[in-house]
Amino acid sequence: MKRLVITDSERCVGCQLCMFACSRRIGFLGLDKSALKVKSVGGFERGFTVVVCRACTDPPCLRSCPVGALRVRDGGGVLLDPSKCIGCRFCEKACDIGAVFWDDSINKPVICVHCGYCVDYCNFRVLGIEERAN
Amino acid sequence: MTSQSNVLYIDLGRKSFYIKDRTELFNKWLGGIGVALQLYKEEAVKSANPLDSGNVIVLAIGPITSFYPLASKVVAVFKSPLTGNYGESHAGGRSATAIRSAGYGAIVIKGVSDRPIYLVISEKGVQFRDAATIWGMRSTFTVGRVLREASPEAGLRTIIRIGRAGENLVRYACVVSETYRHFGRMGLGAVFGSKKLKALIIYGKSSIRMPKIKIYRDTYDEVYKLAVKSDLMKKYHELGTSMNVSPINALGALPTRNLSEGKFDWAEQISGENLAAKKLGRRVACSHCPVACIHLATIREPYPDEPYFYKTTFISYDYELLYSLGSMLGISDINGLLKLIDEVEVLGLDAISTGVVLAWATEAYKKGMVKLNDLLVDLDWGKAEAYREAVNFIVDQPNEFYKTLAMGVDYASKIYGGQEFALSFGGNEMPGYHTGPAAYIGYLIGSRHSHLDAAGYSIDQKMKNLSPQEMVDKLIEEESWRQILSSLVVCYFARGIYEPRIVKKTLSTLGYELDDEKLKELGKRIYEEKQALKASQGFKPDELRVPERIFEVPTFHGLIDKNYIKIALDYYSQIFNTIIKKNSILS
Repeated sequence: MKRLVITDSERCVGCQLCMFACSRRIGFLGLDKSALKVKSVGGFERGFTVVVCRACTDPPCLRSCPVGALRVRDGGGVLLDPSKCIGCRFCEKACDIGAVFWDDSINKPVICVHCGYCVDYCNFRVLGIEERAN
Repeated sequence: MTSQSNVLYIDLGRKSFYIKDRTELFNKWLGGIGVALQLYKEEAVKSANPLDSGNVIVLAIGPITSFYPLASKVVAVFKSPLTGNYGESHAGGRSATAIRSAGYGAIVIKGVSDRPIYLVISEKGVQFRDAATIWGMRSTFTVGRVLREASPEAGLRTIIRIGRAGENLVRYACVVSETYRHFGRMGLGAVFGSKKLKALIIYGKSSIRMPKIKIYRDTYDEVYKLAVKSDLMKKYHELGTSMNVSPINALGALPTRNLSEGKFDWAEQISGENLAAKKLGRRVACSHCPVACIHLATIREPYPDEPYFYKTTFISYDYELLYSLGSMLGISDINGLLKLIDEVEVLGLDAISTGVVLAWATEAYKKGMVKLNDLLVDLDWGKAEAYREAVNFIVDQPNEFYKTLAMGVDYASKIYGGQEFALSFGGNEMPGYHTGPAAYIGYLIGSRHSHLDAAGYSIDQKMKNLSPQEMVDKLIEEESWRQILSSLVVCYFARGIYEPRIVKKTLSTLGYELDDEKLKELGKRIYEEKQALKASQGFKPDELRVPERIFEVPTFHGLIDKNYIKIALDYYSQIFNTIIKKNSILS
């Protein structure tokens, strides 16, 4: 299965085209429905941090979910069943790298599905796709 | 969900705000400069001085902001404290996408606060926060750091602030966005300062559902491919704007030592190639721009009082800075130049104006018009350290001379003399292109007296044997088209991509159906609106001053003909008067 990876965050210029792409993939314009995030490391002069889901094989976010709305995705990471999610935000807190984002407009998590759509819009090869055995 | 035509009105005096849907305004004027001009006219007190409470600041984004790449700028309209007339400035960073995400198409800032404040702006409206602690802080970098810690949503926000130059009302103080981008020209920083407004933090989480997603994605991909796969953005992508230093110098068009020459013997030292080879440390981008033209140099300096102790500084450089703080001041030492650029950034000054002002001061000093006890430091070409001291004096204004210098070179030369070598046009200090008559006529007749209005330097390089009238027509045609680009609001570096075909196509995916004729007509109309506003603020083409110096230094077209400039200005004056007449009949 495919997994989205960061090849080298030092190459990131902070343009956020990956974030726009992620929202666009699901039919939206904006940044807050993105399942990844680019932010500066304390100002533009220090470079950027790119936060993406690491596709854990034993995901803490899943274990924190009290209603079983998350299930393990083949290849790591989780898939969300929005109909079960009660918006408790435990998953968001459980992710130490902050890769569970929150969509305030529907009060549900935004979690990367590792489709790789964003990779095609990274002009600086910060992002990549890796094959991982199931 | 968000309306793209919501306007946020803020009153700093009352510490109040309201939001109003201005769909009719956005439908008629598209967005960006088109809308900002109208909002300015509606809200500003006509007779207000630039630093009075009646002056307003309008910030606007355009219909394609956040929708398409390279639409990464915000346009600001205000009355300029430098020229006393129409002021306009554009900045990138994350400001444009942040305003979109916060749910606004434009922001109007009125009144004066009774104490230093900064604003936190989001979908929820405005928080008015006390800025007493950060007012007077030495560096704009530190202010940025403090505000980053004090505000939410890293990655989704913009932090726009002024430095001490703005607080102290230096008439060419800039406003800094995300550390390295600026509302640079015409003194917006001083307008912020006069309003006791230290900073704006803008963030939001609004998204817009795209109705025709397939065609939107396809059009997006077309623009994206032009940006990254064609040669249209190559120069900005690789060396950045600094790649201009060598070719402009080779043409004899690089103003050197207050334009006493058009060639700098050490241009190679301060060239984009040399900086990239020796100093380039990182490249960064504005939000939604895959080009990353922002080039950051690094310098490593030892502390003299402690062995094996260093500091490393990242400094953003561009062509205009290498000209104004480099060749214009005769500075060839890269470290010295970069440290001077850094100081200007720390203080929040416009780099172009600062360089031109100091170049005039140096020449006036050499000619005996200004004394050492005015200057307080022995200014001389190439002495970067002395210029670093002088920029601090411009901000601190320890004596009458520096108080005068803080008003701009036009004003200073009226007091101390040397107008013939005071290089400002329409009150705005000149940019770095001594390319020929089109550049200068462009500075003189452009709405903001800038190379950005109509790129006369490009006409000089591409066209020969134009009559003065043809030249003026050409400049006005270009400036009119640029009103469309500034209404969208796209970065001018992407003007090769946003040609009419792409403009129409992108707008059409958002429900705007404009053909070539309508676009052209709208551009012209906005241009005329600007001229009318300038006239109402007292601008008179007949009063434009042309410094003698530009006629003394040959360009690659030869010496500039005085008569040619005069005919061009007379012709422009007629056009201007016709526009004003037409406009007064219409209104």
